Amino acid sequence: MIKIDHLVKNYGSNCAVDDVSFEVEKGEIVGLLGPNGAGKSTTMNILTGYLSATSGSVSIAGLDVLENPLEAKKHIGYLPEQPPLYLDMTVEEYLIFNYNLKNCKLNRDKHLAEICDVVKITDVYKRVIKHLSKGYRQRVGIAQALIGSPEVIIFDEPTVGLDPKQIIEVRNLIRTLGRDHTVILSTHILQEVQAVCDRIVIINKGKIVADEKTENITRAVENNRRFNLKICGPQKEVLAMLKAKPGIVYAELLAQRDGEAYTYMIESEVGIDVRKSLFYTLAEKNWPLIGMEALGMSLEDIFITIVDQSAPKNRYERKAQRSRNQRSSIETEVAKNMVAKNEKKEAELSDLFDDDKK
Amino acid sequence: MFAIYKKELRSYFINAIGYVYMGVFLAIAALLLCYTTLGSSSYDTSTYFTFMLFTFIILIPLLTMKLFAEEKKLRTEQLLLTAPVTIWGMVLGKFFAAATIFVSSVLISCINFFPLYSIASDERASLEYSVVHIGPSTATIVGCTIGIVLVGFAFIAIGMFVSSLTENQLAAAVISISIIVVMLLLNVLNNYIDTYAIRVVIDWFCVLSRFSSFSYGYIDLGSVFYYLSITGVFLLLTVRVYDKRRWG
Repeated sequence: MIKIDHLVKNYGSNCAVDDVSFEVEKGEIVGLLGPNGAGKSTTMNILTGYLSATSGSVSIAGLDVLENPLEAKKHIGYLPEQPPLYLDMTVEEYLIFNYNLKNCKLNRDKHLAEICDVVKITDVYKRVIKHLSKGYRQRVGIAQALIGSPEVIIFDEPTVGLDPKQIIEVRNLIRTLGRDHTVILSTHILQEVQAVCDRIVIINKGKIVADEKTENITRAVENNRRFNLKICGPQKEVLAMLKAKPGIVYAELLAQRDGEAYTYMIESEVGIDVRKSLFYTLAEKNWPLIGMEALGMSLEDIFITIVDQSAPKNRYERKAQRSRNQRSSIETEVAKNMVAKNEKKEAELSDLFDDDKK
Repeated sequence: MFAIYKKELRSYFINAIGYVYMGVFLAIAALLLCYTTLGSSSYDTSTYFTFMLFTFIILIPLLTMKLFAEEKKLRTEQLLLTAPVTIWGMVLGKFFAAATIFVSSVLISCINFFPLYSIASDERASLEYSVVHIGPSTATIVGCTIGIVLVGFAFIAIGMFVSSLTENQLAAAVISISIIVVMLLLNVLNNYIDTYAIRVVIDWFCVLSRFSSFSYGYIDLGSVFYYLSITGVFLLLTVRVYDKRRWG
């Protein structure tokens, strides 16, 4: 449905998008994930024909956006970062204007009523946009993108500035839209892509860092082997015990103190649950365990390691980074996974070539 | 394009700006006619039209200043540029909206000439001998009306071009005012220049020098072409501004 091929965009000497290629199938919800300034918005602006690319090509439904912009744009609904609203219009006037602008052929009143129903703006339909709250404005922006029922819908940071309830509503809405439309959304919130998208494309400094199914990343997250423990007792001895205990591959004393308890971070071997035996050991030694917290590998962790390997920001991150680098950890597994996959693909390809030779 | 045209036309009358423009235009037109033609108790309207041109200094930027600057500020241009509309469609839609308001105000201001005609018919009736012609010259009125409409189009295109360069409406207005002032006053400068070549060059940019033929009721195709080409060039430049931003 959407094909981005070796896309490059330079602003003067500054390279905003650097050789980005990916494809989106029909009916897929893809999340573009990246920190601010990663090139998400630029990619989307090129996709929608607002900007041109320095090189590379983008096609929507088989139509090249640069060569055949008018036809390609008919297949796109776009919600930019800041919803493009005419504040002095009523919602009704605004939607009718968009209906005319997109040269929509569907039955007007019915179509608009349906859209208003989907994004829940029927009760503000006659009100002036200037007087609407941020959440409603965002929804009017979404409604605008849905007019003409385009095959591809592109959302640039759709939940920025909304309250938690509205965020959940918008996410549900996007999930619903994903049934009939191809959706691309950009965000820097990891839970969002996790909650909404089928596939995640991580972008940093204009380059694609990862392009994975959401399940693959979520699986890595669930594969939980790290815990924070709060144990009352002599810190050196406790640490020595933890380090010596079979099943634990790594233990570290953290600089947090809760009354007489110290906090330790441990990481267990793959496939071994150390929690029970740890409890009995501690009970035996008479060191009360007053807290145990699963650390898990959040998407944040994956994100930070992939995106920001070069410059960890604060002490905690640096520390976490060190411990991750020292120990074989889940992200290496994810990486191995990806490498293995690539090798498999290459093997398949070479098989194909062999077939050709025959 | 039609959707944009309709939207712009509507937005003139949602904001006060459309009413302010119309009101000021008609009031100034009526006042000018009182002080020029009626004040000198003649039927000659060419002075009136020349003075009308000078009111465009303020009036036209009032119409054009927000056309692109506001869209840019509110980021709504993203909506127009990602919709299945060409840049030409967008620019022309806005141009025709401003032109519609402008032309209709010029046409409404033609009411001003009714008193002249009625005075003339009274005068004719009071005369005992018959004269060939008494009253305002219809040819002058029609010619000059066409003339100021064409000049107005050119100024609208210039104002739109300036508006597309900035996102500050006030800056757009001030810059368009200065450009229009310079274009109107160039022929004053010309009086002080002796070198023929320079005079010719300045003459190309001078709006007023082409206007005189209209006041004889004579539609000079060269002048018509001159004003239309200024309009075209500045519309083209506006389109190029958007093209360039896209490629920039």
